[in-house]
Order: sequence, then C-alpha cells, then structure tokens
Amino acid sequence: MRYAMAVDTKKCVGCSDCVVACQTENNVPIGYCRDWVVEVTDGTYPQLELELRSERCNHCENAPCVRCCPTGASFISEGGIVKVKENKCIGCGACITSCPYDARFVHPRGYVDKCTFCDHRVKEGLNPACVAVCPTKCMYFGDLDDPNSDVSKVLKMRKSKTLIPEAGTIPHLYFLI
Amino acid sequence: MANRRDFIKISALTTGGLMLAGLSSRNAAVFGQNITYKLPADLKRTPTYCEVCFWKCAGWVYKNESGEIQKIIGNDDDPACNGRLCPRGTGGIGMYYDEDRLKEPLLRVTDSAGKQTFKPVSWEEAFDFIAQKMQKIKAEHGPECTALLTHGSGGDYFGRLLKAYGSNNIAAPSYAQCRGPREVAFIATFGEGLDSPENTDIRDTRCLVLIGSHLGENMHNGQVQEMSDAIDRGATIITVDPRFSTVASKSKFWLPIKPSTDLALLLTWINVLIENGWYDKDYVEKYTYGFEQLKAEVKKYSPEWAFGITTIAPEQIRATAREMYNASPAVIIHPGRHVTWYGDDTQRLRAVAILNALLGSWGRRGGFYRNEKKTVNHHPMPPFPKPTRTWRDAMGDKFQLADLALANGVCDATIPSVTLDCHIRAWIVNGTNLLNTLPDQKKTIEAIHNLDLMVVVDTMPMEITGYADVVLPECTYLERYDSIRSLQGREGSIALRMPAVEPKYNTRSAWWMAKQLAQKLDLKDYFPFDSQEEELDWEFKQLGTSLEEMQRIGLRRYKREFDDLYYAPGETVEFMTNSGKIELYSTAFADQGFDPVPRYTKHEEPAPGFYRLIYGRAPMHTFSRTANNPNLVDLMDENTCWINPKVAKEWGIQNDQYIWLENQDGIVSEFPIKARITERIRFDSIYMVHGFGHSNKKLSRTYGRGISDSQLITRVHVDPIMGGTGMRGNFVTFRFDQAKKQEL
Repeated sequence: MRYAMAVDTKKCVGCSDCVVACQTENNVPIGYCRDWVVEVTDGTYPQLELELRSERCNHCENAPCVRCCPTGASFISEGGIVKVKENKCIGCGACITSCPYDARFVHPRGYVDKCTFCDHRVKEGLNPACVAVCPTKCMYFGDLDDPNSDVSKVLKMRKSKTLIPEAGTIPHLYFLI
Repeated sequence: MANRRDFIKISALTTGGLMLAGLSSRNAAVFGQNITYKLPADLKRTPTYCEVCFWKCAGWVYKNESGEIQKIIGNDDDPACNGRLCPRGTGGIGMYYDEDRLKEPLLRVTDSAGKQTFKPVSWEEAFDFIAQKMQKIKAEHGPECTALLTHGSGGDYFGRLLKAYGSNNIAAPSYAQCRGPREVAFIATFGEGLDSPENTDIRDTRCLVLIGSHLGENMHNGQVQEMSDAIDRGATIITVDPRFSTVASKSKFWLPIKPSTDLALLLTWINVLIENGWYDKDYVEKYTYGFEQLKAEVKKYSPEWAFGITTIAPEQIRATAREMYNASPAVIIHPGRHVTWYGDDTQRLRAVAILNALLGSWGRRGGFYRNEKKTVNHHPMPPFPKPTRTWRDAMGDKFQLADLALANGVCDATIPSVTLDCHIRAWIVNGTNLLNTLPDQKKTIEAIHNLDLMVVVDTMPMEITGYADVVLPECTYLERYDSIRSLQGREGSIALRMPAVEPKYNTRSAWWMAKQLAQKLDLKDYFPFDSQEEELDWEFKQLGTSLEEMQRIGLRRYKREFDDLYYAPGETVEFMTNSGKIELYSTAFADQGFDPVPRYTKHEEPAPGFYRLIYGRAPMHTFSRTANNPNLVDLMDENTCWINPKVAKEWGIQNDQYIWLENQDGIVSEFPIKARITERIRFDSIYMVHGFGHSNKKLSRTYGRGISDSQLITRVHVDPIMGGTGMRGNFVTFRFDQAKKQEL
C-alpha cells in the first residue's frame, strides 16, 4: 500500500480552505500549518500564467527526514505515511533542515509536527480533511497500488509533475498540470 | 444628542464597569429571561447554517470531549455546499472564539466634564432606553422616522419589530452597494431578478463568461464548485478583467480590458452576434420584444471601434462572440454580484441580460434554470400598520425602478438639506459596518450626527459601534437559533441553525432582543411565542417536519413540484414585463425616460500619476466582518496594493514596501499598505482586497493592518435608474510619508 495525493492546479483557486480545515481537524495551533498554498506567476502582462498549488509533506519513499533523525522519531508508517513519534522527538530540527519541501515545523509543545495524510481519518475510510473540504474538488487521495483509487485513476488520465524530483526523494504528492 | 456624537472606542468604559457588568447578568435573570437552551443531549453534532457570508451553507458543528466547538463540516445534502464549506465557513469557529467580541450591552453616557463613554448596562436598562426613545420619535415625528440597516439573519426579527412599530424603512447595503443594478436590469429584461444564490446553471454550461466577476476569489461556494465541475467537463471560460484574476488564469480567453469600458465590449458583442446571425432566431422570435430597435441601436458598435475604447483586439472580440454562439444555449454571461461600479451599471447589466436573451440561455440547460423555493409561513399575527412615508418620499421622483430600499437613500434621508424632505431620526444597525459598506464615510458620519438614536447590534466592536447610543452584543451564529433558511435553487431546501453551545459572555440572539423590545413597545402580539424553539417548531410543522426532526437532519430538500427546470421546446412563457416578453427594448425604462436600449457612455480616466482604484475579494474573508477572526487572520492578515512592475519602477516602489495612497480629493489612507508588485494588474489601475484598514483598536488583530478602500471612495457615481452607488470612479496616487490625519 502506497498512499499518495494529486492536486489539480487547473482547478485550485488558492482559497486556503485546505489549510484551515487541517488546522481545525488536527488541532494545529493558530500561527502554524501543516499544508499551505503556493502561487507562481509567470510572464508579463498580458501574456501570463498562474499556478496555484496546495502543498504539504510529500510523504517521500526515500525520505531524508527519516534518514537523518537521530532518535528514530521520524519514521515511515503504514501505507508509506511519514510520521513523527512525539514522545521520541527531541525537537533538534535536523529533519526540518533536510526536508526539501519545508514541510515540517516545531510545534509549540516542543516536538516536530507535520502532515499525517490524516491517517486517523484514512483508517476509517475517509479522505484527509483537506481533500474532503476542497470546494473545487481539486485533490485526489488514495493508494497507488490500487488501480481503482481516485489518485491512481486521475494520474493515469492526466499529465502530472512532482516537486524537486532531482532531490531523489520519490515524493508521493503529485500536481496535475 | 445631535452633533455631539463622538466616536467612542468600546474599551472606554466608565469606572465601575466590571461591577456593572456583573450586575447586568444578574439583572437579566431578574428580567425573567431563561436563556438556557433545551439542547438534546444525545446529539453528537448540531446542525447550523453558516453566517460568515450570505451563501448560508448548511453544516454540522462538532465538539471535542470537553464540549468545546472543534470544527464545522458542510452538510452533504446541502445544494449550496455539497458537504464542502469554504475557508470562511471552516474558519467560522474563529467568530466564536474571538476574545475581542462584544461582551455586554453598552450605553453612551456623558460625564460632568462632557466626556462621552460607554457604560455597561443591563439588558433591561438598554431596552428601556431604546423603547423610550422610539416611543418619543413615534409620538413626535411618526414611526416612519426609524430605519433598519441590516445584513445577516438577525435582520428578519428586527425587520418584524420595525414593521410592527410602523416603519418600512428597511435597507440592506447588499442592494444599492452591491447587486441592485443587476436585479433591476434583469427585472426589466426577463421580468424577474436573480436574487441569491443566482440561478446560473454553471454545472452544465459549455461557456461561462465573467465580466469582472472573480469567481474563486469571491468564493461563492456552490458556484465555485460548479465552475470546477464545468472545467472538468471542458467548458470554455471567458474572463473580462483588467486584472489577471485567479479565474482569468483558468480561462481560454482572458480579455484584459481597460477599466470602465465593459459596456463598449458588451454592446459590440451584441452587434457582432446580430450582424453574423449568431443568435437563437427561434428563441428571439418567440420570446423577445424589440429586436429591430436593438439591432438599429447597436449597429454603430463595431469591433474596430471597440478596440480603441477597450484595448481588446477586434479578432478577439469576434472569436469570443463566436465561442459564445457555438456553446449556446448552454452559455452564461454571468451577471456578477457586486456590480455598482460606474453609475451606468443598470445599463451595463441590461447589456448582459440582452446577450443572454440573444443566445437563448435564459430558461435553458447550461444557461439559467428556473428557481424553486419553499415558502416559510409565519404564525398569524396582527397586520402591520401601514406607514405613511418611506425613504422614497425624501427622494422626490428619483429611483422609481429600485425594487428594494437603498441604504444610501436612508442615509440621504437622514441628512437635512434644502432639496430632500429629510425625516429619518433613528437607525437600528444590524450586522453591517456601515462605515465600510457605504462609500463616502464623511457623509455616513454626517448622517449619524443627525440621528436622535442609533442602536447597533453586532458580535464584534466594528467601527460603527463607536457611534452608537446603545450597543447590543449579539451571540454568534454558533450560539443561537435563527430563522429557517429557505434557499432557492434547482430544488427548494430548508435548513436549521441551532446553538451548539450556550452564548459566551452576556450576549443574546436577535430574536430574543427583538422580542424584549417588542414587549417594551407594546407590540408583543407580533412575537406570539415564549421561546424561539416553539416558534421554529410551529414553522417547521407547516413545512411537514418538526424542530426535533430538523435537529437531527439539519437540512431537508423538496423535490420540484413539476418537471420544469428548463423551458420545454416550444413552451409558451409569459414574462412579467409590460410586453409579456423578454424585453430587448425596455418599455419600463422608456416610460421613465431612460435609454430603452443601453448606450455606451465614456467615463472619466485617471489624471497623470493617478491610477484607478479597483477592489475585490479574497476567498478567506467576507468584507470587513471577518477581518479579526483569528482563524482567518492566520490565512490573510492584511490587504496589499497590487501595482504593475512598470508603474512600481517609475515610482521607485519596492515589493513589500509600505506606502500610503491619496485619492483625487486629497484623502490619504489612514494607514499604510504593503505594495505587491505583480504583472497581474494593468498599468492604469491598482487593486486591493476590500475589508481591511480597521481603525478601532479593540479589533486587536486587524487594527491598522492594510487600508480601507471605502475611505478612499469619496466620489460616488449614483445610478440614475435605481440609485446604486458606483464606486470604481476613484483614482489614487502614491505617498511615501504619513500625511496629517484626515478629519472624519
């Protein structure tokens, strides 16, 4: 089982609903976020292009954050979800530095926090909160090993890209372009 | 009290404020008001519908183990949101948790030194004061001299109170400051307005045309969802906007029009469609009136002529017209929502309506469907007294075609002048921060100074509260019942809002306040029920359900009575216009002396060194009402001034630099605004999101963050047809130092 997410940049309007839904679902303190929206403008007026991306942890197969963690707090959990064991984390920040996607932060309680793909919801057969709330339905989630999952189907149909593929992390967050 | 109304910050309490606050809650108990709700204990989640914007999406409130509100999730059955709330709805919990909320009733008092402050008072004292003033105004000047200015659900109950008292002066800024022109234009054309949510069949459209409407950034939930579906289905989007809006980036055609020239483009499109025969001839023949007059009138508008006006290339105009025709009748020239721009807005929206009529999209799949809505019946009550005057009487014979009251009309009818028969002496302001919603703040403040009484009902210490005689703190939508939400759409639906928790602080619902005031004013027959639960239950029973059932299901949909979502082929349709047809040539406008077919008029352009001020919305905020919401501030905490890089270079403005703006009348923004240098805006305009620049320090998160566009909108172009306030004819230049503070 390999969980993955695909975000359709052609539909995302950058509203940040995914951000606030994640915060309320996961009790992320105000001022911190596990997901965020990036806006990239290209060209000069009026020949312009705009890409909006809802970003989060890429849940990499070859995760530098896991490799560099001195205490083993960062680990790859079931379905390839990269997680942090709060009680083992010493908040040293090595993983934060190693992450090419800037997906981790130190929670005010002292441990490193990040996206969990809402695994507590996934276990119940639900989509992550960001996917479930998105008004444009621009996010697809599921198991890459299951050809009938939403994410497998949309990745077969549409052209996609990953971020910083040259880092060799084998990310599981795709962007439909 | 006239002319002696100083702005009071809510923090300025008299000594002993705390003690009085303690007393006030005890007084409430003495007053005989039991505010404990009978909440079913076994409910795991409680239904609500959102109050953060006017879309009113239905949702569920979830609490954690400690009984605190944790999250709000959309109701899957709701046609307005399909289980997906927008960021503001998801972040609605911030309204409840915001510690800057209004916490107790406040009364304006003047001490021996003449200093005015707010004194915390009991509800009874507040209501006694208001009732006494209202009785006096009624006796001396007539009940028509009291007006209600409102936005949001509580307005239903204060509206009932006001009508029972004898006044019909009930106005919402959502009309003359927002969607009024399009209502009047569509009524003139199709015999019916659009209301909310609009009956646009975006889900099934093949071509969506947006004129300055920034769907996605405006986050009208159901429509954004349907636009996303339409993108999936390969629909074409055509966006006309001087700004490369989010939706422009998703459009096949983006027409970067010169601001204020939209009507030239629309009329040219009409001409191109007619000249090339690109219109629905059967539909036009069967349903419309005045085609020949229209054809003759628009003949002069060629794409080559329009190029010089709009800067849109003639081949682009033809290509987009062709695209619309190819998609017809599954095409929507979207009427937009906030359309009070240049003062000829009703005519611009007439052109939009005419385009839709030519393409045969009204009443057709992928165009505009027929609405259905459930009527909510109220318990019988005595008839309302008939007012002898309204705000209209102050206007002479102006704005006869306005179908709702004008908030600016009420404002005008409050300021004594030689031309107007002013008579309004009291305002009840519910949930609208008039200083930001009405243009020309100076005028609004002048009107307020002429009032004998101003009552403000709100959840937050918005700027308007500082001018009130009495501030009544409303509890948030998560702590109260409200009137039944009956929504129009492809199917009718009703939804319940119920409290998830008891009200925080000494706050109360609008229903309760209106009922208490009704008792004080001897109008208690208009509030026949002892509790809001009983009233709602009675109303739900008329709709074939009950309060108990609605507490469990939250929302109920009703199947359409007939299979008539679209016009059947060849169906005979009677339109509610003078001619009974869709009026391409408006007989109603002709009767009133207005152009029966829209005509292009040129608008003023910015002087050298000045740029047109364009404002809009961000998806995470609803005007100024969310500006202090902790969850939403976290997403966006200030507005920025979008400046084209060429312009920035000319002025030496750096990205993220704070600058001040000065308008054509020498008004300088109260605060600085951060420059956002971006290619996404034309060189002749600047853009900012509306709703920031708050001046009340009690709004601790948002005070002084960004600037208020309303403050810079001092030149208002009033629409002669319906009195809308055109606000896009203001120009600004840059300043690099803080000017002396403006007198307000």
